[in-house]
Amino acid sequence: MTADVLTPLLPGVPLLLGLIGLVLRPGDKRSSQALGIAGAAIALIVTIVLLAVVDEPVEVTHRWVTFGDLPVTLGFSLGPAALYVAVAVAVVALCVQVYSVAYLHDDTRYAPYAAQVSLFTGAMLLVVSANDLILLLLGWEIMGVCSYLLIGHDRRLPEAPAAAVKAFLVTRVGDVGFLLGIAWLGVWAGSFRISDILAHGGVPTVALLLILAGVAGKSAQFPLHTWLPDAMAGPTPISALIHAATMVAAGVYVVFRLFPLFAQSPAALAVLGVMAAITLLLGALSATAQDDLKRVLAWSTVSQIGYMTGALAVGSPAAALFHLLTHAAFKALLFLAAGAVIHAVGSNLMSRMGGLREHMPVTFWCFVAGLGALAGVPPLAGFWSKENVLVAAAHATEGDGPAPAWVGWVVWVAALAGVAITAWYATRLLLYTFFGHARSRTDEWHAGFSDAHYEGAPGVPHDPPALMRWPVLLLAVPAVLLGLAAFLPGFRSALELEPPHLSVSIVLPLVLLMLGAGSAWWLWHTGPGVDPARALGRSRPLFAAGFHLDKIQNLLVVRPVRAFAGAVRLVDEKVVDAAVEGAGTSTTRLGTVLAAAHRAALPRAAVAVFSGALLLGVVAAIYGAAS
Amino acid sequence: MTVADALLLALGAIAVGSGALVVTSTQIVRAGLYLVVSLGAMAGLYLVLGAELVAWVQVLVYVGAVVVLLLFAVMLTRAPIGPSPDLDRPAWPALIVGGGVGVGLAALLVDAFRWTIYAMPVPGTTDRMGAELFGSWVLPFEVLSILLLSALVGAIVLSRPDIGAPKKTEVEV
Amino acid sequence: MHAVIPYVTAALLFGLGVYGVLRRRNAILVLMAVELMLNAVNLLLVTADVTLPTPGGHRGGAFALFVIVLAAAEVGVGLAIVLQYYRMRSAVNVDEVALHHEPEAG
Repeated sequence: MTADVLTPLLPGVPLLLGLIGLVLRPGDKRSSQALGIAGAAIALIVTIVLLAVVDEPVEVTHRWVTFGDLPVTLGFSLGPAALYVAVAVAVVALCVQVYSVAYLHDDTRYAPYAAQVSLFTGAMLLVVSANDLILLLLGWEIMGVCSYLLIGHDRRLPEAPAAAVKAFLVTRVGDVGFLLGIAWLGVWAGSFRISDILAHGGVPTVALLLILAGVAGKSAQFPLHTWLPDAMAGPTPISALIHAATMVAAGVYVVFRLFPLFAQSPAALAVLGVMAAITLLLGALSATAQDDLKRVLAWSTVSQIGYMTGALAVGSPAAALFHLLTHAAFKALLFLAAGAVIHAVGSNLMSRMGGLREHMPVTFWCFVAGLGALAGVPPLAGFWSKENVLVAAAHATEGDGPAPAWVGWVVWVAALAGVAITAWYATRLLLYTFFGHARSRTDEWHAGFSDAHYEGAPGVPHDPPALMRWPVLLLAVPAVLLGLAAFLPGFRSALELEPPHLSVSIVLPLVLLMLGAGSAWWLWHTGPGVDPARALGRSRPLFAAGFHLDKIQNLLVVRPVRAFAGAVRLVDEKVVDAAVEGAGTSTTRLGTVLAAAHRAALPRAAVAVFSGALLLGVVAAIYGAAS
Repeated sequence: MTVADALLLALGAIAVGSGALVVTSTQIVRAGLYLVVSLGAMAGLYLVLGAELVAWVQVLVYVGAVVVLLLFAVMLTRAPIGPSPDLDRPAWPALIVGGGVGVGLAALLVDAFRWTIYAMPVPGTTDRMGAELFGSWVLPFEVLSILLLSALVGAIVLSRPDIGAPKKTEVEV
Repeated sequence: MHAVIPYVTAALLFGLGVYGVLRRRNAILVLMAVELMLNAVNLLLVTADVTLPTPGGHRGGAFALFVIVLAAAEVGVGLAIVLQYYRMRSAVNVDEVALHHEPEAG
């Protein structure tokens, strides 16, 4: 019974507190901070209680409304896997709320920020716990709105509104497919409840492909990934919550929930696999050439989600979910620690950083933990989850899984290449930011456009204040230890993971890891203080611009749509408005003509009268003759 | 073809012919005089048709008074005596409408009456006309007298020089 | 007698009168054409007396007398108007009669 009551509270409390927070005064810091932290904390407590208390999956259903003959229910379903994801979301949300208190201490509009973060948390928990596709869609869309509002939060930044609109529009394109997919599934199964849909026989491949469009949008997969690097214009805690740990993982979670259907459709899995492989390599290569610290992490997120979708494509949802959890931990850690670095140095650009190891030891070791987990260094968390993905891909190449064998090959090769490239850029980031001499102390440092919003010259860099330090340290714990949870049978059975076996198959990834890290270290060793990315040579601008996909998107989509919109506006002004105004002007002109006719001179009037009489006579004669 | 028919044809031709000349002549005075001829022919037609009182009243009033009035007006408005070219407006609307009316009416009447022969009426005497007038049409007769009185007064008032528009020098067109 | 002869005469005279009203520019000539039209109507009325089988009736003639009286009254008043207009404009063209009041400066 407690579970039935607690389950709707899980998304409900943060949503409610977020709505309350929206009506506060924007400058009211104390109450908004309290509400935000309370919302995340209560969600975390509820999740832990549910984990402890519950043995079998909780299901709560309540009929809500009917679309025609399709019933829509307020249905919640929390299996153990979903509960773990909920724990991850709640923990990261709590850390972000606490961190933001210090990071945005001088923000004049803190109340809407905290309220939107609470709303976002509630929406993500809704997506996690929903058993009804319409409820899931509700949470999905609320997340999109909150993401838009939060990216554009800092009104002083000129690039923030454009980034927010871009994020919203690109994900919207995916959401159209998502909505159509949901509608198709609902009509096909006769109900929107996920349990009913999974129990229905048959394979609606088109619906699954449409759902993949939404996944591509929200989870920043190729070709709808272009919004994520630009979304770094939002405050860093937001990047940690939304764009690393939760929202971008929502797409992966949806495929995980609907996986029994996906498993029966080789076509959908093939599309997913190709998308994953391209995204993986695209993200990793673009991350190697970035100068902006947050952009490296953004492209890295794109690449890591490619791992998750790749795991789904080769038929192992457990591996995908495991990587999702570890990624939430280490990516949030990295973003929050990056926020500390940016806060200390006063710039996002790595070319202005350097030599921070002596001044910021705590942050440095947290970065080591996070980047190690990212690269997959054993025994950190990322190593175990990436191993699972690689093993699943290797098994799929034998062709007896739900995915075709060639998909397994594509994903496996891309994932292996990704290991090397990830290690390379992770090492580069660590070395370039924390080692060498402090570049920001040189005379070449001057206020540029991207750090124009940091007032005043920075003092000596130091470790962040307590409120920023403790969330980072807290997240470092699962980043290091979460991988070992795979040895716990309870965790394993919840995710349906295979027991970890350390066989010969770990050699190849480890070799690639050392290759990547080693080459970056060697470049640094031979040229200390020089950006290792110089070695990329001619391909550096290509990678830095994300393979110019932004430009292509602009050319193929944005410009034609703008031209079309201009044409529609022209038609509206020249045709529709002209018709409406023309009705008025033509009536006036007709009136003037008739008035002139009334003022006709005497002879003309006489002609008119007589010809009228003649006409009437003729008509009467004809009529009389006819009848 | 009886005598009556021949007379009707001849007088009708004179009436129509001089009527045509009235509306097409280029000299005003000649138009007035052609009107006299036409009205006289009409009086003859009335005589043939047996309406003697009407015929003589036509001669007295129309020919004697109306045409004289018109000619007086011609003289008082200093109308050009000889031929003048600018007496006419464009011809085509008048032709279309006038021609249409005339031909249309004629067609209508021909279609109605064809070549039917009617008996000649008994020649009307003043006695019978008087009986008709003062028997059935007394009220219109009296109203007409009042009308004539008001027309008389109106004409006098309208012709007074001290009413109406101001002098020409103060009026701008 | 063939009654169609005076009828057609009347019709043609009426048409000539309409032609004259629409064609003539001088007001007095217009009045002359109006007289033609009235005469045509009179002829129609008188001929109707013959063709209509009303026993002992002279209604057409009576009507014709009334029309003659009306025509006389009309000509009197009309010519008075014409003369008054002549005093204002020293011309009697119907073309130039301003029936409306022009607004200031067009």
